[in-house]
Amino acid sequence: MIVKVSDNIISPLGMSTAENYAAVKAGRSELKRHDGLWNLPEFFTASLMDRNKVELAFAELSDNEQYTFFEKMIILSAKKALEQTDIDPTSDKVLFILSTTKGNVFLLDRRETGFPEERVRLGMAAKQMTDFFHNPNIPIVVSNACISGVCAQIQAMRELESGHFDYVVTVGADVQSAFIVSGFQSFKALSVEPCKPFDANRCGLNLGDAAATIIYTRKETIDENDWVACRGAIRNDANHISGPSRTGEGSYRALRAVLGDMNPDKIAFINAHGTATPYNDEMESVAIERAGLSHVPVNGLKGYYGHTMGAAGVLETILSMQAIDDNNILATKGFEAIGVTHLLLLSNQNQPTEKRAFIKLLSGFGGCNAAILMAKGGAA
Amino acid sequence: MRHEVYITPNEVKVDGKALNHKENGAALLTELYRAHIGDYPKFFKMDTLCKLGFVASELLLQAEGAPRFEPREDRAVVFFNRNASLQADTAYQATIQDPENFFPSPAAFVYTLPNIVTGEIAIRNKYFGETSFIVLEDFDEKTMMRELQNAFQDPMTKSILGGWLDCTDENHFEAKLSII
Repeated sequence: MIVKVSDNIISPLGMSTAENYAAVKAGRSELKRHDGLWNLPEFFTASLMDRNKVELAFAELSDNEQYTFFEKMIILSAKKALEQTDIDPTSDKVLFILSTTKGNVFLLDRRETGFPEERVRLGMAAKQMTDFFHNPNIPIVVSNACISGVCAQIQAMRELESGHFDYVVTVGADVQSAFIVSGFQSFKALSVEPCKPFDANRCGLNLGDAAATIIYTRKETIDENDWVACRGAIRNDANHISGPSRTGEGSYRALRAVLGDMNPDKIAFINAHGTATPYNDEMESVAIERAGLSHVPVNGLKGYYGHTMGAAGVLETILSMQAIDDNNILATKGFEAIGVTHLLLLSNQNQPTEKRAFIKLLSGFGGCNAAILMAKGGAA
Repeated sequence: MRHEVYITPNEVKVDGKALNHKENGAALLTELYRAHIGDYPKFFKMDTLCKLGFVASELLLQAEGAPRFEPREDRAVVFFNRNASLQADTAYQATIQDPENFFPSPAAFVYTLPNIVTGEIAIRNKYFGETSFIVLEDFDEKTMMRELQNAFQDPMTKSILGGWLDCTDENHFEAKLSII
């Protein structure tokens, strides 16, 4: 079976998984209004890193100034996950997978200087990370819009199942820029206030910076505290490139695939995508209802971090594992009154649970959807 | 047999046989669309990566000759490239580069993700299966084969429309797709 070895989250809420979980459990968020940042004509609300904090943390690792902010984030997160283990990253049995949508896209801005233009390529950004750790393998970059973070974990499971590698360092990251913020603004997808997932008054998403890492390995005998990545699935809506399916087609099919013949009563919660756009959250309620999971609690974490894009799937999986380790279902910050057609069990308060499995669900542009079933002690 | 399509700005091959054409570069994709497809006007809204993937997948599926447009979940679409959505990224950046002429375009922004092309092909063919886009710094046959073989670990997936699909700008692209 495929099990988690270690993890890390670097976000505005902290530089470790423990700091992030404690902040989220306490209901904290760094979603703030930013006026005039990056010369953008309109203000926006986002969860952004204190870049000095990243610079300082990175300076402890290396005095090399050749890395971009994005590259420093991914190297730091991978390093912090690796240093909890005795894994030798120089081994050819260790593979790095990077989940990102836009990497160093800010380098396309002609006003940005100091870095070679080739670093805008996602593979080159990933190579900065593998070169840092002297890893000999070609890094795999998964770039499947907002579902990338779950896709990267599914990819990691497959690489380990097929026996090609013994460890996969799965890093998800995106950092915000004028490119991304203006694009979402042009789509009218951003909320000017902190977002309200699944709420009747939700009016869009917020964006966020984050990097998160999970290291996976293969293990024959599972003990009760091992986190097992049981099943993952990616399915397409085959409906529209920028709007979700009204029937929740891809999410429904992904949910059905990861459930298999498992009894849904064993599932503590579904950690939804919950971007707080009108269409996404409605679609998820349809998919969850169709999959026969309406009686399973649902939560969403975008009210703490905004949408962290390539990081989201990894970050939200880690926090969900932490929550179950703590017998907790995390509150959906920003949610007040149900605003989707199909009733979901949502709460803006932390709730106790004794169950040991959860599903992480994501959907994204290109009509893609992904789900992964995680169970502690292999309970599924 | 294993069907394969190869397209560059001045060469088109289907199952190893050269396909006649007059145009090169961006105009080649439009020529191929008009000569061999013609019933999907959404083509004209697409960015270069999507146009390339759309035309290449159509030629490939025509060569396969199997019944089409029946909803199915057992075929995955898995592409690889080096430059992700660079052509669309550059086009979108141009809409925000000048503060005096700042008009971010949602129509341009939507294509700034490489996996949009996998969605376009899923929509056209009613494929509800896995769609994936993987970026590799180098064209590496061994890694791509490993990833494609790995994709069959999903018990739903019985065939994959996949391969290399890359473009740097409107006139520079390469598609090497097959059905496995």
